[in-house]
Amino acid sequence: MKRSIFEEKVFKALMYAAIALVMFFVASVVLSVFKRGLPLLSWEMVSQLPGGGFYMGGGGGFLNAIVGSVYIVGGATILGLIISIPVVFFLNVYLKPYSKFGFVARLAYDVLFGIPSIVYGAFGFTIMIYLGLRASLLGGTLVVTLLIIPIFIRSMDEVAKTIPSDLMEAAYSLGSTRWETIGVIVRQIAPAIATATLLSIGRAIGDAAGVMFTAGFSDRIPTSLSQQTATLPLSVYFQLQSPSLEVQDRAYAAAVVLTLIVLFLSISGRIIMNRFSRNKIQ
Amino acid sequence: MNRRRLKDRIAGYSMFILTISSLFLVVAMGIGLYMKASPILQEHSLWDLLSASEWKPMKNQFGFFPFLMGTLWVSGLALIIAIPISLLTAIYLTEYSHSMVRRFVYPFLDILAGLPSVIYGVWGMLLIVPWVANVAAPWVGRSTTGYTVLACGIVLGVTVIPLLVSLFIEIFSNVSHELREATFALGATRWQTTKNVVIRKTAPGIVAAIVLAASRVMGETIAVIMVCGNLAIAPGSLLDACYPIPALIANNYGEMLSMPLYESALMFAAFILFFVVLVFNLFSRLVLKKIKSE
Repeated sequence: MKRSIFEEKVFKALMYAAIALVMFFVASVVLSVFKRGLPLLSWEMVSQLPGGGFYMGGGGGFLNAIVGSVYIVGGATILGLIISIPVVFFLNVYLKPYSKFGFVARLAYDVLFGIPSIVYGAFGFTIMIYLGLRASLLGGTLVVTLLIIPIFIRSMDEVAKTIPSDLMEAAYSLGSTRWETIGVIVRQIAPAIATATLLSIGRAIGDAAGVMFTAGFSDRIPTSLSQQTATLPLSVYFQLQSPSLEVQDRAYAAAVVLTLIVLFLSISGRIIMNRFSRNKIQ
Repeated sequence: MNRRRLKDRIAGYSMFILTISSLFLVVAMGIGLYMKASPILQEHSLWDLLSASEWKPMKNQFGFFPFLMGTLWVSGLALIIAIPISLLTAIYLTEYSHSMVRRFVYPFLDILAGLPSVIYGVWGMLLIVPWVANVAAPWVGRSTTGYTVLACGIVLGVTVIPLLVSLFIEIFSNVSHELREATFALGATRWQTTKNVVIRKTAPGIVAAIVLAASRVMGETIAVIMVCGNLAIAPGSLLDACYPIPALIANNYGEMLSMPLYESALMFAAFILFFVVLVFNLFSRLVLKKIKSE
């Protein structure tokens, strides 16, 4: 008896230690980035293009990377939504609940979700060479779209699966076709669409390995789809490799901006999930 | 009436095509990467590629052994660090804690899960690499730059904690409360219940979650490049530099275009990664799905 209580105490202490360690990691990652980068962050940093040669330093900021990331993430999110909402609808309304095809499809999206972005990048790169495309805003956007589609589908499907069949049957009994129930479904999964979008934006904006091959890098803001473009993560990575301290400072400031965006996304995701999920029929 | 039926049909078919084509992506990726990798497989045998340790693309020597070992060392260490922390955290959150505590801890896990790889890389360079160079290495009487397997494993271990915790929590929540209450009624402590009922019952799920986490760790790229040291020699200890496969692909894509065989070698690396991740994912997802449906 005594031994079991002792064991209980030991493991409980270990659990507290584990939780404390997790908290410590979160705080340490966020605070170390802020501590190094926040003093460097200025209006000039976020509103100007890099001055001078890329590795040479000089003044300026990383507006190119901010705008590039916004273009890529915006484009990819819209394309991703256009593709994944119909897929989720198809999986949950057109297919029977225990269909084999649905099982295989969901498994495939799980697998696609697990494939690392460097592989997406390498694959996208070979396709682009095959089609004669060069690294460009278009290429980067398409690869990021592929990367986030599984996230969209999986997280929306998770919620769509829980829609009670009575709801669908009520619509059918009023004479609607399956297609016409899309309004009902979309309304039911609206909070899931919102959280999935935030999740995808978070993944898309932080992805570096996928866009490295396919979007390239540029000190200027792209004016057409075929131009190369910078992205925030790559601007952090490339500028950190520079020997010039000024350029490195730019990287740390960019890291702060990236962290702030991700913090904002994950906090608002939680809020949406808590606030809007009560409108759902359980 | 007929027009509505037609609309329903057309929508159905077009959505079916959309679903099928996104599924086809998995197959296309496998075939595409394999075809790109095939030139080098014709020139060198698979075993030669995997076991040779000379990497000199200019001299037509492509040995992947250092990179494979780099990936193995780094992923292994990351899992050794992440598994106990995640397991204990998940057990505490599902078996012990109040819902208040959970509401407090979950946002932290969210943040950890949401932070991009490159930020972990920056963190690694700012804190972990100097720590390895100034504290860990002198402690065992060695000197390094800090860009080592150890630094890389720590950074990767932290990146994978949120995934492991959320998988473990999901698995543990599947165990019915009656089972737990039955052991409590027999006088077992919470830890005894956890150890003998919850963990034993979910053992296959725990293994599947770990396999999934392993596949995630192996594909991590930017954080790895920033702290691994990028030295193409198979590491012999935790304090050696390493060069995992994703870093190899990402570092060399610029120069590979001039040589067809070089490009093929890198695509072979991507194919290895794809293949391993595919197998790991299929295995663990099938196990997890089976557990969930029980």
